[in-house]
Amino acid sequence: MNWITNYVRPRINSIFSRREIPENLWTKCDECGTMLFHRELSDNLNVCTNCSHHMAITPRARFHALFDAGVFTEVQVPEPIPDPLHFRDQKRYPDRVKAAQKATGEKDAMLVAEGEIGRTPIVAAAQDFSFMGGSMGMYVGNAIIAAAERAVERGRPLILFSAAGGARMQEGILSLMQMPRTTVAVQMLKEAGLPYIVVLTHPTTGGVTASYAMLGDVHIAEPNALIGFAGARVIEQTIREKLPDGFQRAEYLLEHGMLDRVTNRNDLREELVTITRMLMGLPPAVSGDLPAPDPDQTDQAEAADSK
Amino acid sequence: MTHYLDFERPLAEIEGKAEELRAMARTNEEMDIEQEAAALDRKASDILKDLYKALTPWRKCQVARHPDRPHCKDYIEALFTEYTPLAGDRSFGDDHAVMGGLARFNDRPVVVIGHEKGNDTQSRIARNFGMARPEGYRKAIRLMDMADRFGLPVVSLVDTPGAYPGKGAEERGQSEAIARSTEKCLQISVPLVSVIIGEGGSGGAVAFATGDRLAMLEHSVYSVISPEGCASILWKDAEKMREAAEALRLTAQDLIKLGVADRVIPEPLGGAHRDSDAAITSVGSMIETLLTELSGLSGEDLVAQRRRKFLTMGARGLAA
Repeated sequence: MNWITNYVRPRINSIFSRREIPENLWTKCDECGTMLFHRELSDNLNVCTNCSHHMAITPRARFHALFDAGVFTEVQVPEPIPDPLHFRDQKRYPDRVKAAQKATGEKDAMLVAEGEIGRTPIVAAAQDFSFMGGSMGMYVGNAIIAAAERAVERGRPLILFSAAGGARMQEGILSLMQMPRTTVAVQMLKEAGLPYIVVLTHPTTGGVTASYAMLGDVHIAEPNALIGFAGARVIEQTIREKLPDGFQRAEYLLEHGMLDRVTNRNDLREELVTITRMLMGLPPAVSGDLPAPDPDQTDQAEAADSK
Repeated sequence: MTHYLDFERPLAEIEGKAEELRAMARTNEEMDIEQEAAALDRKASDILKDLYKALTPWRKCQVARHPDRPHCKDYIEALFTEYTPLAGDRSFGDDHAVMGGLARFNDRPVVVIGHEKGNDTQSRIARNFGMARPEGYRKAIRLMDMADRFGLPVVSLVDTPGAYPGKGAEERGQSEAIARSTEKCLQISVPLVSVIIGEGGSGGAVAFATGDRLAMLEHSVYSVISPEGCASILWKDAEKMREAAEALRLTAQDLIKLGVADRVIPEPLGGAHRDSDAAITSVGSMIETLLTELSGLSGEDLVAQRRRKFLTMGARGLAA
């Protein structure tokens, strides 16, 4: 009996307790409180099916939904030297990075990929708010430069999804220097005559807004995304008055002329295809279940690709 | 009246005593205090040397923000001739936190732009403490554009706590204005020489400081965030600004190591405010040196080199 109670039973219990019960089957919408089933939510690109509240989405999930058949090739980003300032606050900076890498499975706060959307070749870059607040340091700067260089090399438009609290303080002045560095990247695209489309997602603030996120040919924002330079709390303390409802939200910026459009995440892909195809001088996208593409169009796509 | 910083208290005591003695001697002619006063002077100067020998980063921030420090206006008045201020962004207003216009520097016509903090309550309010609104950056863009079209070098003098965090500033596109100003800095095919004369506060400074050459006064600072701001975010305690200032590497000396700044301009003992004329003269000769260095380059080369400078910046960390 002893052998059974002390050995066999715990083993059996541990096998059963290890049975796969996915942890987050349900997500509560932080806007309307509706409980959303995980599959339904991810099918809807993390947009609440009840109130259309846009929740965060990882760059990988976004690319999976963005690129045709979810196929994309990652563009390698040159890795900067780690912890350039030997920065230490209450934690060591390398420890913070490691924790973020472990939590997200990503190297840093930006993912760059190339592929096709609506059979339109593009380069895309997406910022990851879950990685240290999406903060812009040397890696993010290198990622944007790599994205621009690849776009120029292949003659493709660049679509960038921004999401960041601002610069990464732990890289001090070097994080600030990503403002001019990424601006040079945008200039490369402009000089090559390639479209640069920015999709501003929640939140995009600080030095990120004051550089590459505000230099696009077209600015599209996701609904209700917080977009601004200074934080609302800092502004309230400075001017000592309450800020209006919706201040620094996408719709507010649209009214103030800083954005071209505010578009639901589920409509973004089609809109991006439409816009990039027009800017690239390509014929309208074909949609629906069509027979195999005729050779003519394949040629055109290839011609655009190798331009 | 001299404005002393908190760490200058021992100095304030000695200098105060010397001053008192001299005041007493003025009312009482029989007193012979010269020897004693001179001894106090020597002591004060020793203390001053000692204090400024190795300023901590936080103390440098304090010196950089010293109210009596020469400001943009002082430099423009002393170093430039025929200064002709030009105003307005042609779309909304004129921002007095940013001054600029046409001027001659050692006879050559240039465009000069800078943040002005003001030097008394009234002018500080008028200048918004050197915190620019979008109109300020758009005025700068307009002036840089003009410099570019007429082949005039641009000199920018940076001294700002940061861009103004206000409701109207946000509504009128503070971010966009800063981004466009930085973009303009990187576009113009004329030399752009920047000097940080006090505080280089974040994006508000980048908008003017993205040039071919960046010189910094010995006790000036340039940072992504103020030490107080950084401390309240990372240490959850704004009083940890000393630690934050240390960690941020915001001094001119560290920025040379990081390859962000190109030159350091020595300040008079005790900081630029103790001898404004000397500080201004040093800044003037540095501007001359840097403009001369750049004068032989074609517009194309200037733009290409400037972009390369920023693309390669930071690759080697503190070993740059």
